[in-house]
Amino acid sequence: MATALMTAPPEISWVGRLRAEGAEGQAAVADLHALLLRAARFEIGRRAAELPHLRGGDQEDLAQQAADDALMAVLRKLDDFRGESRFTTWAYKFALLEAAVKVRKRAWQGREIPLEDEAWSAFADAGAPAGRGAEEAELFAALREEIEGSLSDRQREVLVAVALNGVPIDVLAERLGSTRGALYKNLHDARRKLRAALAARGFRVGTGGEEEA
Amino acid sequence: MKPDDKRDAFLGRVLGPGAPELTCEQCFEELDRYVELSLAGEAAEARIPGMRAHLDGCPACAEDFASLRDLVTQEGD
Repeated sequence: MATALMTAPPEISWVGRLRAEGAEGQAAVADLHALLLRAARFEIGRRAAELPHLRGGDQEDLAQQAADDALMAVLRKLDDFRGESRFTTWAYKFALLEAAVKVRKRAWQGREIPLEDEAWSAFADAGAPAGRGAEEAELFAALREEIEGSLSDRQREVLVAVALNGVPIDVLAERLGSTRGALYKNLHDARRKLRAALAARGFRVGTGGEEEA
Repeated sequence: MKPDDKRDAFLGRVLGPGAPELTCEQCFEELDRYVELSLAGEAAEARIPGMRAHLDGCPACAEDFASLRDLVTQEGD
């Protein structure tokens, strides 16, 4: 398996065929769509439990939509393919992303984003003070104080939704009119701020060597 | 899940990996190469620094990684 992956010949022919005029190009696009549809079905199949109300026909519609959108993305990004992986692996990621985002959004369709107040039960669920030392209780209390007092409104909103309430970041991005990347930047900045604040208060939170801004 | 595991998982979600990491855009850009390196037993993290930390910190990108890894593995069987 591993050897086969690394010695697979460069699939430049995929790019060449997709750029070809006429029947050859059309056939290549059809082949690519079939490949992307296979990946979309794979992703939706493994996420079927998230959509218990979705019937087989609806799942297939979702897979077709994901494959259609991925096809456009792949053709748009074709010049970015550097041949550092197999073409199929490169193309699959677009279909998997489209399918996963569609499933997450469908699963949260009509659902409210949990309120901030509800998030604090996660602290209790984490077993913060119960049966643990005073320092541990102080850590959790300090963390809560810093979340409430040190973060910007947007940083707190994203941290609470994604890290405490488990809201998929793509769903939150859609609700806020933003993107996964932009919200993750908010989350990352919030985490750095919290780590720095806890360290300044004398707590050891296992920094992994990231330099603080 | 044991209390300590639950506590560590909770702090991990809130405080993140605490290490230099790629952005979501960079992660997507490198995902196919990272998956193939990982499956080939290559030092994927050394070749693409910051990828592992990002996957530890971003649940959505981590799911995308797992899906691509599993699909490529299945296709290779």
